[in-house]
Amino acid sequence: MTSHQPTGSTGPSGPTGTVVPAASTGTRLDPWYGSYSARTHGMRASEIRALFAVANRPEVVSLAGGMPNIADLPMGRFADTVADLLRTRGTRALQYGSGQGEPELRTQITEVMALEQINAHPDDVVVTTGSQQALDLVARIFLDPGDVVVAEAPSYVGALGVFRAYEADVVHTPMDADGLVPEALDELLTRLAAQGRRAKLLYTVPNFHNPGGVTLSLERRPRVVEVARRHGVLILEDNPYGLLGFDGDPLPALASFAPDDVVYLGSFSKTFAPGYRLGWALAPHAVREKLVLASESAILCPSVAAQLTVSAYLTQFDWRAQVKEYRLMYAERRDAMVGALAEHLPTCSWTTPEGGFYVWLRLPDGLDSREMLPRAVTSLVAYVPGTAFYADGQGSTHLRLSYCYPTPERIVEGVRRLAGVVNAEADLVRMFGTAASRPHGVESPATGTL
Amino acid sequence: MALVDPDVVAVDPAEAAVPPSSPAAAAASRTEARSRPLEVLVLAGGLSHERDVSLRSGRRVADALEDAGVSATVTDVDSDLLPTLDRLRPDVVWPLLHGSTGEDGSIRDLLELVGVPAVGTGSAGSRIAWSKPVSKTILARAGVATPESATLPASVFREVGARAVLDRVVDRLGLPLVVKPAKGGSALGVSVVTDVDALPQAMVTCFSYGEVALIERAAVGTELAVSVVDLGEGPVALPPVEIVVEDGIYDFDARYNAGRTEFYVPARVPAEHARAAQDAAVTAHRVLGLRGLSRTDLIVDDDGVPWFLEVNSAPGMTETSLLPLAAEAAGYALPDLYRAIVEHALRG
Repeated sequence: MTSHQPTGSTGPSGPTGTVVPAASTGTRLDPWYGSYSARTHGMRASEIRALFAVANRPEVVSLAGGMPNIADLPMGRFADTVADLLRTRGTRALQYGSGQGEPELRTQITEVMALEQINAHPDDVVVTTGSQQALDLVARIFLDPGDVVVAEAPSYVGALGVFRAYEADVVHTPMDADGLVPEALDELLTRLAAQGRRAKLLYTVPNFHNPGGVTLSLERRPRVVEVARRHGVLILEDNPYGLLGFDGDPLPALASFAPDDVVYLGSFSKTFAPGYRLGWALAPHAVREKLVLASESAILCPSVAAQLTVSAYLTQFDWRAQVKEYRLMYAERRDAMVGALAEHLPTCSWTTPEGGFYVWLRLPDGLDSREMLPRAVTSLVAYVPGTAFYADGQGSTHLRLSYCYPTPERIVEGVRRLAGVVNAEADLVRMFGTAASRPHGVESPATGTL
Repeated sequence: MALVDPDVVAVDPAEAAVPPSSPAAAAASRTEARSRPLEVLVLAGGLSHERDVSLRSGRRVADALEDAGVSATVTDVDSDLLPTLDRLRPDVVWPLLHGSTGEDGSIRDLLELVGVPAVGTGSAGSRIAWSKPVSKTILARAGVATPESATLPASVFREVGARAVLDRVVDRLGLPLVVKPAKGGSALGVSVVTDVDALPQAMVTCFSYGEVALIERAAVGTELAVSVVDLGEGPVALPPVEIVVEDGIYDFDARYNAGRTEFYVPARVPAEHARAAQDAAVTAHRVLGLRGLSRTDLIVDDDGVPWFLEVNSAPGMTETSLLPLAAEAAGYALPDLYRAIVEHALRG
């Protein structure tokens, strides 16, 4: 039933010189329009999101999504494990649990993190509904409207969404082929301080960056930690891909250098599967305590069934061998993508990731990845426009390609289609001479930044 | 200027609260004669840019049909379509596909090949209505005002030179201009250009959605959408819906995210202006050979002249769409109306 409640915002006056029927009152088709918070009024329905509805069709090669390929998990055996869990510990699995997370899983999480040289105690681990919830909790306990968060340029779209929800002001700091640039970070934090704006958080994805594809070098890690510490900025280290490096030799986490200055976020979504929605935060004790309280008020407790299931998986399966299989599979797909890019898109440049899921591609001058998306969808290939990964409107010169889900053959076909799209768009931009009017933001290949 | 067609049965906005006929009663009497519920296959989705909108329309219509005692199944258009048609053997198909394939006549040709009755306009009418320039030309010949425009494919700019062509466009049509894909809906790829320097970018935006651009002089006045329904007794115009967007244009967000747009039904225009808009919409429905339902988008200027912009042979049926809004304002219960539309299609 459609609501026809008058909104009160428009009186009886109509267009000049017209007679207004007495009965004509406007409707916004939303009786609650006057009740939303200020931040909700800024939310817009994007045609980009609508275009992605097409990307789910099998005809389309989607290089847009970040879905891990979990087709090779041993589902039959795993089903037995789940059934056994419900038979033997069903009343616990299906009950409420600890707000902080089940102790046995927290212990296992510390073992996972040990691979990245983190020496953690299970008491400092908070299990969350995906690391996305951990992000939300950290933002909730630290950010007031207008607070500054420093994030890499570009940055994970899901984190930007969280920071936006808490009305934080995201300021980007540049990356190059070795990840976050410590000197540039130092400069930025100094400049912000001079403006009387103190950054509260440094949000970083150090390994196989989403969407940048680059990794913070070992040499820079202690320097980033030192800069942040000197400026009194808490590091939010988001690390879903750390174990998916193709050389199989994980770098030490930032948290391993400075456990008191870092909140570390981990996830089972990429090393196992995303369906159980399990992630975690490792935090200094005072922060951890507040995260637990915040999490309890948000969700009471993470799913016990999910935690016990993942715990059983870690115990009963050779999960390290599974991660190795994932690495080999993703390496093959990365090779397919990078090879196809070299063959079909010589006019573009891109990062070559050493792990993870993503390639960050720079378009020829003047092309706008957002404007180009409808043409791509028409050509049955999808990507994510670079603008999604900036809080300040930059990114139109780039796009993110993911190689995690399609087969190598489909990846090659997708890149081939993308090349046709890029060439047609370049032709158009040349024709209308719109290249010069495009803002490029701070990105510049000359300075070596992404 | 709108023609006054003596056959036109337009709803006077002042009488909009009274349904022009009673499809509910007619539907009820027909239902009694049937041994099983009507089976309707709703087609929604497809591969067009408006897939998401179509899925919303499809779900919405299917729910309303179920409320009216009709068995409705929603299906996408993919390789399962023909097997699904064979399996379900629906009484009627209701294509709610927006954008290409859905509105360009091709899906109608397919349904005509299969020989299943379908709601709405057939392939010939769909093909004509799908092209904004073609429908504008036909409507102009029928005496309906439509803003002066130029229809230019990307190839013309390539061959003749973009700058030279755009200069002529501005010389001839002036500013502001509306640039839009010659085919397509939901305001995708549409720009309103008030500054000549913004025109090249508007062209690039437009050509990302399609190969042909319609550049139109922007009409000034009240934005109206007039839906037309034909239940077998000739096309009937529903009350015009006036569209007022809080900021900016009636773009994708303003269409599908309730709040920014305020709708007035009946529109806040003099009765004779509303009547002229309704006449134009019915004329469009007739001369373009549309069937069942359509929606015509117009601007009515201060002199009461309705300027035809485009017609939709498969109008949106989402929660924020204009045809359902107009129908409810006219006193229809949507389930009854949709059922009557289906039954009309069944009668051929």
